[in-house]
Amino acid sequence: MTIAISVKQLGKKYQIGAAETKFRYNMLRDVLVDTVYAPVRLAKALIGKSDRRSNKNFVWALKDISFDLEEGRVLGIVGRNGAGKSTLLKILSRVTEPTEGTVTVRGRVGSLLEVGTGFHPELTGRENIYMNGAILGMKRTEIDKKFDEMVEFSEVAQFIDTPVKRYSSGMYLRLAFAVAAHLEPEILVVDEVLAVGDAEFQRKCLGKMNDVAQQGRTVLFVSHNMSAILRLTQEALVLKKGQLIKRAPTPEAVDFYLASGQTESGERVWEADEIPDASAPFRPIRLQLKDRSGKVVDTVRSTEPVSAEWEYQLDAPVTGLRVGLYLNTMRGEYVFTAFDTDDAKQYEQFGTRPAGRYISCCQIPADFFNEGRYSLGVNASSFGVRRYFMDESALSFNVDISGAPGTQWPEVRQGPIRPRLDWKIEKID
Amino acid sequence: MTELAKHEPTTIYIKPSKGLAALNLRDLWIYRELVFFMVWRDVKVKYKQTLLGMAWAVIQPVMTMLVFTFVFDRVAKLSTDGIQYEVFSFTALLPWGLFVTALNQGSRSLVAHNNMVTKIYFPRLILPMSSVFAGLVDFAIAFVILIALMFYYQVTPAWHLLWTLPLFLLLAIVTALGVALWLSAINVKYRDVNHALPFVTQFWLFATPVAYSFSTLSENLQIALSLNPMTGVVNGFRWALLGTGNGPDLALWISVIISVLIFISGLFYFRSMEKTFADTI
Repeated sequence: MTIAISVKQLGKKYQIGAAETKFRYNMLRDVLVDTVYAPVRLAKALIGKSDRRSNKNFVWALKDISFDLEEGRVLGIVGRNGAGKSTLLKILSRVTEPTEGTVTVRGRVGSLLEVGTGFHPELTGRENIYMNGAILGMKRTEIDKKFDEMVEFSEVAQFIDTPVKRYSSGMYLRLAFAVAAHLEPEILVVDEVLAVGDAEFQRKCLGKMNDVAQQGRTVLFVSHNMSAILRLTQEALVLKKGQLIKRAPTPEAVDFYLASGQTESGERVWEADEIPDASAPFRPIRLQLKDRSGKVVDTVRSTEPVSAEWEYQLDAPVTGLRVGLYLNTMRGEYVFTAFDTDDAKQYEQFGTRPAGRYISCCQIPADFFNEGRYSLGVNASSFGVRRYFMDESALSFNVDISGAPGTQWPEVRQGPIRPRLDWKIEKID
Repeated sequence: MTELAKHEPTTIYIKPSKGLAALNLRDLWIYRELVFFMVWRDVKVKYKQTLLGMAWAVIQPVMTMLVFTFVFDRVAKLSTDGIQYEVFSFTALLPWGLFVTALNQGSRSLVAHNNMVTKIYFPRLILPMSSVFAGLVDFAIAFVILIALMFYYQVTPAWHLLWTLPLFLLLAIVTALGVALWLSAINVKYRDVNHALPFVTQFWLFATPVAYSFSTLSENLQIALSLNPMTGVVNGFRWALLGTGNGPDLALWISVIISVLIFISGLFYFRSMEKTFADTI
């Protein structure tokens, strides 16, 4: 068997924190001081020395990763947010360079992330196919040869000479996908976590990935969705904080991952090193999603209420604190933002919270969620004063819609919520 | 599957890049078609949804020429080596316009295409390169106006024009690309470039003998101005088209050397920053 990908002692170091210190103009005084120091900063930047503070803030997104992958295998990669999955894929597709180590890749690497990259709204569908194809590394003759096939696949033949700014978003996506799907790379990397688009589009991505795997090509698949990993891959890597902690046949790797407590199974626990110093005196402890019986769940039934509980510690009294939640769809749309002191009376009662351990808990009513995956973010702040802690995607969960309104029709319902509305039908004539 | 069996896939080695090998001109060659497509796209899109369209390529230099003629000729009465001021300034405004467009588009090219930079691999050099080349189309259109002007004012160019003009054009492109490489790479990390560019170009315009004649300057000033490669370009254009000035002399060679230095250093600076573009953009 030939080796398609060979990774040796791969490491990637990121510098962090530089951006945070840059823009904190709270007062006119800061702006003035900043202006006066501008020449000093310029001089430092020119001789290649950046801020002292930022120099020390390194984080190894990947460290000492080594593995070989044989041609024609489908490899899954699992791990929590920030474990280094996406960084690994970015290095393999040469978007970013490693800090140390080597990778040998046999063949062209394609990723479905690039869908529509370089599309220009003013250009026609035909022109964009050529443009996008060239960006993805196709030769013109190669595009000529596959052109008809791509147009057919995209189902926009009628509008192929219309500027794509006149396309509907569905047409646009289909055309973009058609080009990416015909790239025929020897190695395909799929990052489902980053894949945007509707459910239909994601299904298409997974379908394409399956086809590619069937043709005996090599696939790397990153996902938070364990059932997809189990269904589509034979073998999986488990990454934790930039390190490869397990490689095994998929069922074994998934078991290991779920058992090692780093899954997002309806609970998020913050460890000491995940809490920035700047958040003191606020210290998040855990966020849990519980069903009616109080059991921690990672899959929520749309027809039942669910409660979100955030436990945290205050090391000192805090005035004006509000602790709250963001609900997002996996496409990054906000569904709502809510705080525990939204109610004016509650706000008065908890004007200053003494030091101690707290739980802020709320119930999300039944008949709220639509089908799919959502993510819950957290925020603790004093309005207009300070933001103590924020994590935009603290945990994610699935929604099971059996029994929800309209499920007698097997179709995808648009929109992030699926309320049970009180319909009345009257015959008026 | 059959397709796959036919050709042996190329093997790619990914490792932290170092030194000269980092230039990676081989990949640039493999992706040469992309340069063509990017230029083609820029040209196609540039005047979309404008009333006047391609006419803008003519209006811009012509308007500048008229303003210059009024201020520097009618009011200030500058000496122009015996050439009509309209032709005199337009000859210089052509390469200058090419340079400024290249600088503006080139230095913003990486940031403007950040979705490409953060998603796909391709030699990043292609972005500033194609921005610079896209300006050539405007240049060609405005050149037609210059020929008309020369006919009208009955200026006969010398025969050396045929082989020297392309060389001076090349000098303008190398200079613009060199500066664009520096600025585009700096712009990824420090967006200060966007704010500095308008007055840098203005300052540069007056440090280049576009509005005035190089021959009227003192010798010391002439040497100082030759450190600006655009001086060599502008003087070269005037020498080739209008027959003014000395042709290739010390001042020109200084300009050429500076231009090449900017270009090569820009190339290496760009390449050394390239590995972190996707992380910092």
